[in-house]
Amino acid sequence: MIATGEQTMPSLQRSLAVQRRVILALLMREVMTRFGRHNIGFLWLFVEPMIFTVGVTALWSLTKTVHGSNIPITAFALTGYSSVLLWRNMPGRCINALYPNLPLLYHRNVRIIDIFIARLLLEFLGATMSFMLLGMLFHMIGWMDAPEDLLEVIGGWAILAWFGMALALFLGALSMRTELVEKLWHPLSYLVFPLSGAAFMVDALPRQAQDYVLLLPMVHGVEIVREGYFGGSAHAHYDCAYVVAIAITLTFLALLQIRSVAPAIVIE
Amino acid sequence: MIRLRNITKTYPVRGGQRTILDAISFDLAPGRKLGVLGRNGAGKSTLIRIISGAESASAGHVERTMSVSWPLAFSGAFQTALTGRDNVRFISRIYNSDFARNIRAVDDFAELGAYLDEPVRTYSSGMRARLAFAVSMIIEFDCFLIDEISAVGDARFAQKCETELFRKRSDRAMIIVSHDAAYVRDHCDHFAVLDNGRMHFHADFEDAYALFKDLIGWAPPSPTTEEATQR
Repeated sequence: MIATGEQTMPSLQRSLAVQRRVILALLMREVMTRFGRHNIGFLWLFVEPMIFTVGVTALWSLTKTVHGSNIPITAFALTGYSSVLLWRNMPGRCINALYPNLPLLYHRNVRIIDIFIARLLLEFLGATMSFMLLGMLFHMIGWMDAPEDLLEVIGGWAILAWFGMALALFLGALSMRTELVEKLWHPLSYLVFPLSGAAFMVDALPRQAQDYVLLLPMVHGVEIVREGYFGGSAHAHYDCAYVVAIAITLTFLALLQIRSVAPAIVIE
Repeated sequence: MIRLRNITKTYPVRGGQRTILDAISFDLAPGRKLGVLGRNGAGKSTLIRIISGAESASAGHVERTMSVSWPLAFSGAFQTALTGRDNVRFISRIYNSDFARNIRAVDDFAELGAYLDEPVRTYSSGMRARLAFAVSMIIEFDCFLIDEISAVGDARFAQKCETELFRKRSDRAMIIVSHDAAYVRDHCDHFAVLDNGRMHFHADFEDAYALFKDLIGWAPPSPTTEEATQR
């Protein structure tokens, strides 16, 4: 009958099993609270980002946005805007994510990081499904070609996701200390959007601007995704080592931050 | 066994730190029942949260060699947008417990009927209390932490709690914190008064109660001479 809570130091394997279970439970709970059982329910998870992406794609196609390359505009918009969804929405979901979920910490197995991870997984699934489904749809109706190197697309996407998650964890933890994080993230994310590589190819920029723009990690991710999609014709500029180094550093800082705020958390 | 060693908790307040718990140490053996009396704001709930592991102490440590419940009848952990059934499913998942059996037990105890499939936000406070208590009973623990349970529910609910918790689970350890002295007297075998960050232990209820009465004692101000002469 006793189902829980042996207090001797559990093995790593056992701890991982508990954490996997808790994250899954939180994820299902999040799906139910966010989407419920009304109309299309959890399909909103990727239908909403799809609507966004289709809208932006349509706008950019109609206005024939100058992006300085010979890449078809539909494919350009899809890769660009999907990438934005990935790195921008994750921090948005994690900042102040803790307050509504604080009472869950009464259950000893639920840790702060589990709450974040569940939300990040959900965000990742939504953005990825949206990107995949639209990619397949546009391909079927002949608006864009299949990616030249699928593995490279996946790699670029994974790097973007990693960066987005690390940033989200860091800002999420920091938002427990100060509300400035929430106040500043909104304007910052809007300001960074035009610089993030979603709406231009680095190659089309003047040489000097390239160096500055490439300081932003997400630009590298988008360039890799586009190189995977369009091959050499994309003339991608990126430095894998740079983004990975940033992602590792940010992940480390995020974990430190979570660890240091945890003791100060007061539950109602 | 639960062992508390020098548990200290301070909260930041404007212009400094306020010490709520001041180097508290005690042991709770399996099956023993400790009643903690204290005024509002004495730190009873904080103590319970630290023992449960939901909150960390500023200093000292808690050692648990038996499984310890979350604070009982606490309804704050419900997501009010979710139905009662979804909340039971969530708890079952977290504790790796059989959902089908749990939902039957909750349905049986809480008597929510069709409301089990309605969002918790539509529940009355009594219904929430019943759901919270029923959910607390589906996971078995060696030690139950009970925070002011006597405050919620009607007589029928109180009787059901009595049976579920104190009859069927009379072999478990418990820590009951309350300002309801009679409730603590009836359910515990040793007692403590929490005051000013310190725990004063008493094996005998009357000793603990005498101290507690001293602490909560409030005498109306004696009539002034002016009032006296008016009479």
